[in-house]
Amino acid sequence: MKNSSPQRLAKQTAASPLHWLRSGEPMIWFNAAAVSISLIAVVGLIGLLAVRGFGHFWPAAILQGTLYSAESSLSLIGESVEQLEVSGQQLREAGFTLKGDGPFFGRTLLKQGNRDFLGNDFVWIIDEQLEDISYPPEVLLVERLEWGNLYGFLRTVSRNGELLADLNEDAQATWRIFQQEIDNSLAIRKEIHALERVEIGHINHALERLRLRERQAELDGDMSPQLQEELLSARSEQNAQYKTLQAELAVLYGSMEGIEYSVDLANGQRVSLPLSKVVRAYRPNDMDIFDKSAMYLERLWEFLSAEPREANTEGGVFPAIFGTVMMVLLMSIIVTPFGVVAAVYLREYARQGFVTQIIRVAVNNLAGVPSIVYGVFGLGFFVYFIGGELDQVFFPAALPSPTFGTPGLMWASLTLALLTLPVVIVATEEGLARIPRAVREGSLALGATRAETLWRIVLPMASPAMMTGLILAVARAAGEVAPLMLVGVVKLAPALPLDGNYPFIHLDQKFMHLGFHIYDVGFQSPNVEAARPLVYATALLLVGLIALLNLTAVALRNRLREHYKSLDN
Amino acid sequence: MQHHAIDISALNRSPVNSDDAAENCLQVQGLQLFYNADVQALHDISLNIQKKRVTAFIGPSGCGKSSLLRCFNRMNDLVDGCRIEGKILLEQENIYAPDVDVAGLRRRIGMVFQKPNPFPKSIYENVAYGLRIQGINKKRVLDEVVEKSLHSAALWDEVKDRLDDSALGLSGGQQQRLVIARTIAVEPEVLLLDEPASALDPISTLKIEELINELKTRYTIIIVTHNMQQAARVSDMTAFMYMGKMIEFDSTDKLFTNPARKQTEDYITGRYG
Repeated sequence: MKNSSPQRLAKQTAASPLHWLRSGEPMIWFNAAAVSISLIAVVGLIGLLAVRGFGHFWPAAILQGTLYSAESSLSLIGESVEQLEVSGQQLREAGFTLKGDGPFFGRTLLKQGNRDFLGNDFVWIIDEQLEDISYPPEVLLVERLEWGNLYGFLRTVSRNGELLADLNEDAQATWRIFQQEIDNSLAIRKEIHALERVEIGHINHALERLRLRERQAELDGDMSPQLQEELLSARSEQNAQYKTLQAELAVLYGSMEGIEYSVDLANGQRVSLPLSKVVRAYRPNDMDIFDKSAMYLERLWEFLSAEPREANTEGGVFPAIFGTVMMVLLMSIIVTPFGVVAAVYLREYARQGFVTQIIRVAVNNLAGVPSIVYGVFGLGFFVYFIGGELDQVFFPAALPSPTFGTPGLMWASLTLALLTLPVVIVATEEGLARIPRAVREGSLALGATRAETLWRIVLPMASPAMMTGLILAVARAAGEVAPLMLVGVVKLAPALPLDGNYPFIHLDQKFMHLGFHIYDVGFQSPNVEAARPLVYATALLLVGLIALLNLTAVALRNRLREHYKSLDN
Repeated sequence: MQHHAIDISALNRSPVNSDDAAENCLQVQGLQLFYNADVQALHDISLNIQKKRVTAFIGPSGCGKSSLLRCFNRMNDLVDGCRIEGKILLEQENIYAPDVDVAGLRRRIGMVFQKPNPFPKSIYENVAYGLRIQGINKKRVLDEVVEKSLHSAALWDEVKDRLDDSALGLSGGQQQRLVIARTIAVEPEVLLLDEPASALDPISTLKIEELINELKTRYTIIIVTHNMQQAARVSDMTAFMYMGKMIEFDSTDKLFTNPARKQTEDYITGRYG
């Protein structure tokens, strides 16, 4: 070691900013920060949706209190939904007289229910004006088919004016009888629902088909006495069936009638209400954590599995889930073959040159067209033009009421298929381009034609890429709302597009969709406060549904990938 | 292997004399190959390939030996802008005649590529592929052909217990023998081998060479190689190509021991290439 200043291998510890910049470290920090921000945004969004949305199903405590204002006092019962800090000046300017002199005052949004008696089921109160707050265990919450929630104290249950139970005499028995009668009426309503939807639905469907057959025969001019006879007998048979069902229904409706329960409201008023309109009744302040959990799951399940009530502000979103899934599946079935065929032609058969380049650019640009434009196109071309023609040719008997000449499931799926076509084409083309030339040549050298090579080797190997395209397509289609509003989605569909009546899948029917449901419940609802938690819950559900559809496709793709591992040695 | 001295007598080969009137399998007559109109890759090539012999094409990279090989099964048809003049006769029939069924031609003239290119299917399905596209799907027939072909390619013992496994799990050498099995399963008359061992290790290379020696009793083999020792070891006839021209074509013995042209001598003695 003669050299007095040997080259040092150890990292320079010089801390000059220039040195730090050149080390590449800032770029790493920058990238990591970007990723973190994205992650936080996503997690935050999901968290917000989950808390705001799924918190709604938790049975909240119900408070009772008295609201003292300058001139009057008012008894209140309700759930605290939201809390805000408001400046005192603002409140004073709004005409409130305030006792305290702090700069800020708490305000609470109280869900007081009882819309049929109070007019508003939500009310803002200033916290300092609410006194004598208690949480009485016997306070009752009734979820109803109409008029929203009812809060009060149960008093009696009666049938046709005859007292069945009185809380003052036997509290436990009254509660028991109350619950029993609710269960009864629920069971009866279920039966009625089944009769109306399934049995009578069948009959209506059959009658409609008979009508169409008659009209068709008239149009074709081959209405024979024989046919008339046949139609007449079939119709009278259906009508007879309908009569029996009607009688059954009348009995069922009758058995629900007349049962009433009386409740003391917050202001002491005693009201009597029909028990047949009760969905469920419980006393949240009297429930322990397990009861509440059970209730939570029950209400969550109702949200997922039931039909909406009260202009979509109550009940479930099942028809919307079903419609969304159905539409996405149909869209996938339509878009995949079209996209793959187009990509195969572009990549495998078309002469690569100026024209194919132009087509590629055009396809890529299609992906950037605003979706509402697709909606307008779908309405004009698919619904009015093609649908109208279809009606003329295949369903003249139903005219002037349109069959396919009106927005419906098929047109919505087709429009979205068109919207997502570029994604599938681009992904498939990339997949085809990645397949090694050697493998194609190997197949051709064995005497396979290009078509056989394509079908047996190239397409299977490109299938993971097709799945990638489909995943992107599903992600885009499931979240799309704007075009759907024009080509088939409605606020409330009377029936699911899939049922037991021939032809089982009703492509001409309108359907509900989670994305549109969010818009409708959140912004078109008559009762925005009541609907708000459902907006969050529905949004989370939509995100979850898209994730689920995507994960399924991703799992499928990974299996395909494993199977057709490329030949990168 | 690259460093072994050329020892052509060490390998068991049928001796070929230049005046031996062996039957011709393929005749190339005045073949010209153009890429993109003005780039000429082959200049006026003429030669006869003898039946059930191994013919090797040697020459430096880019000399056109692979291009010539790909003319025999019309693989060059797949290249955009490729044009061919002249004739190649297979059993006196011009394979470039307009009415030729190219897929049928490729079944008669099989090809093995430089890099092993098994399909992403099972070993069994790889070998059965050629038959399946001919519409043969009877399990009994396929079983028989698969076993026979794998035997012929000296692969049967190594894979007989895992025929349903993916072919991509095999080693490079095994994959290349699988590709050979796949090719001979359709019973071609001619085997085109395009540097079949260049991507393999020495032991796999040796196995392929032994295989070529066995196969030549049944097939006419044309092999392209940039490895002169390999050409000397496995071939009966050798063609030396340079810059798209056929410089010399003679029996392997003659070409390697007493080349007629100076360019050939320079190349085989390692002065360029």
